[in-house]
Order: sequence, then structure tokens, then C-alpha cells
Amino acid sequence: MPGPFACLIWFVCMLCEAAVVVCALKKRAFRRYLLLNLYMGGAVLSELGRFKILSEYGFNSRQYQYFYFYSDAVLTIFLYFALIALYSHVFSEMKAERYVKMGALLLLGGTAAFTGAVVLQSSAKLVTHFVVDLSQNLYFVGLVLTYVLWGAILKLRETRTRLIQLVLSLGVYFSLFAANYAIRNLYPPLSSVFVPLIQVFGLFLPLAWAYAFWRLPEEARLVPARLAVIPR
Amino acid sequence: MMAAIILVCSVVFLLQFFVSYCRSLIAASIKHPLSAEVQDVTGIKSAATGDDFARVVQLLHLCPDRPEDRSGIQAIGAYFGLLGFVRSSVARLIPSLLAWTETERGQCTYFAAVTLERRIAFSRDMFAQQLET
Repeated sequence: MPGPFACLIWFVCMLCEAAVVVCALKKRAFRRYLLLNLYMGGAVLSELGRFKILSEYGFNSRQYQYFYFYSDAVLTIFLYFALIALYSHVFSEMKAERYVKMGALLLLGGTAAFTGAVVLQSSAKLVTHFVVDLSQNLYFVGLVLTYVLWGAILKLRETRTRLIQLVLSLGVYFSLFAANYAIRNLYPPLSSVFVPLIQVFGLFLPLAWAYAFWRLPEEARLVPARLAVIPR
Repeated sequence: MMAAIILVCSVVFLLQFFVSYCRSLIAASIKHPLSAEVQDVTGIKSAATGDDFARVVQLLHLCPDRPEDRSGIQAIGAYFGLLGFVRSSVARLIPSLLAWTETERGQCTYFAAVTLERRIAFSRDMFAQQLET
């Protein structure tokens, strides 16, 4: 079993993920941000599944390891589609949703093909390594896509505060995870420090999204150019 | 090599996203006028300064916690720390950066004061509900 602190963070994280869905439902934003809420709902189910398998088979069991990595990969793909849904929101007035979705699917396929090619060269346990590496690569692809979306928000002078905060918090989340994976690949001995940090980082997104749904009305507006680090 | 590039990109993007996110939190609260009561408690009469931040946060901790405010105040606390670091290092060489960090630190304090006002209102509501039951 993980320690009491890890269990506490795990429990709080699950509560926050459920809180996002509740806040969105209460503020009538569930359908508008359907994929974001489905991701959070999926995350809650995945945490429950992990807890069940952990209590039945133990932390070091193969069943738990497999369930952890496979559910993480599925959730990352969900999050990727949630990001694409945010793209659709930003580009909705340009009627470019079809192109965005096609581009997203192509990029997802490309990332999977790249990951498969790398794994084929270096590993015996193909599927498991593919799943783990795909998840890591998607975090970086997601980060780059979020950065492009942030650029588009600034360029198109998008003013919806809630949408801006959802995108920015997703950017912070992707960068934290991408940096974490990169450090662990560069300095494997530091894994003992950075693996537990994943749980703490995981708290950020549900808290930020719950705040955005609960605190900010859909009609709230701000000037995004004032938020850029480099003024435009 | 690839991991090093990813690490550098991630850290640079993280800083950009984090600063913009914190500024979006501040921008959403800056239009909220402070009540006379909170102005009295915090001592913020005209413009908030960075020097008041620690005191306002101390006052915040005296009020019952609200989960939906937690991420905001923690993010702003981290942003305030980052600004403090910039102020005491790079900004010493660039006067315009020093002025910018001062303004940002003041806005962080204002955000904390607005959060304090919300927590006071929340506590009052809870107290009123308890009296009714």
C-alpha cells in the first residue's frame, strides 16, 4: 500500500475530479465542455478501479502495474481529445471544426506510429512499452498543441475568461508532466523523487478546472493580450 | 538529447503558461471592489502593495477554507514567490522590470484581499444558516 500522504493526495485528487463534474453540472456547463467533463468522469472511474485492484492484488502486483499504465494511456488520449474540444471552441466562429478534428486524428496517428517505430527498435515487451511511451509522447504533443492554441487565443483576441483559464491550466498541467517525464528520462536515479510528484501535479488540473467552472460565469470576459508574458 | 530538448521546452512553456494563468486569475478579480470592512481589516486603502501580501494571507488562513479558492490562492502564492525571486535577482539590473514586479506583487495582494472578502461572506452565510436551523 502507498503511504498515508500518498493515499491522502489520491483521495483529494479523486474528490477534486468529481468536483469538476459537479461544478460543471451546477453551473450548466457540462454539455458545453462535454469532453473535459467526460475526461474528469473517466479519471474518477479510473481512480476507483486502481483502488480496487490495489486493495485486491497489492501495489507491486503485475495486475496493478498493467491497470495503472493502460488506464493512464486511455486517460491521456481522452485528455488529448479534450484539448481538441477546446480548439473547436476557439475556432468555432471560423467553422474550422472539421479540419481541427481531422488534423487532431492525423497527429494522434502520427504520434502512435512514431512511438511504435521507436519501441520496435528497443524493446521486447512491445505493447506495454508502447502504451507507456505513447502516454509520455502525448503529453509533449499536448503541450505543443496547447501552446499553439494559446498563440491562437492571443492572435484571435479571444476574450472568454473561462475558456482562457481552462486552456492555460491545461498548458501548466501538460508542461509539469512533460518536464517530469523528461527529467526522469535524463536522470533515472531521480525517479524516486519525481514519480511521487506526479500525484501532486495531478491535483492542479481538477482544482483549476473546478475553480474555472464554479467561480467564472460563461459571460465573463477579459483582454487576453494583457496576460501574455510578452506584451502584444 | 531529445529528453533535454523536451525538458527545456517544457520548462519555458511552463513558465509562460503559469505566469499567464496567474495573471488571468488576477484579472478576473481586479474589477471586484473591496468592501470598506475588508479595506479596514487589510489596511488596503488606495492601491495594494506587495508588502501587504503576507499579512493578507495570514488573515486568509484565519477564515474557514473554501476548496474552490484553494488552487487560486496557492497559484498566486507561488507566483508571488516567483516575482520575489525576479525582483531580488534580474530586476536589480533592469529598472522597468522592477516596476513591473512591484505592480504585479500589488495585484497579488489585491487578489488575496478579494479572496478574503469572499471567505468572510461565506463564513457569514454559514453562520446565518446555522442560526436559522
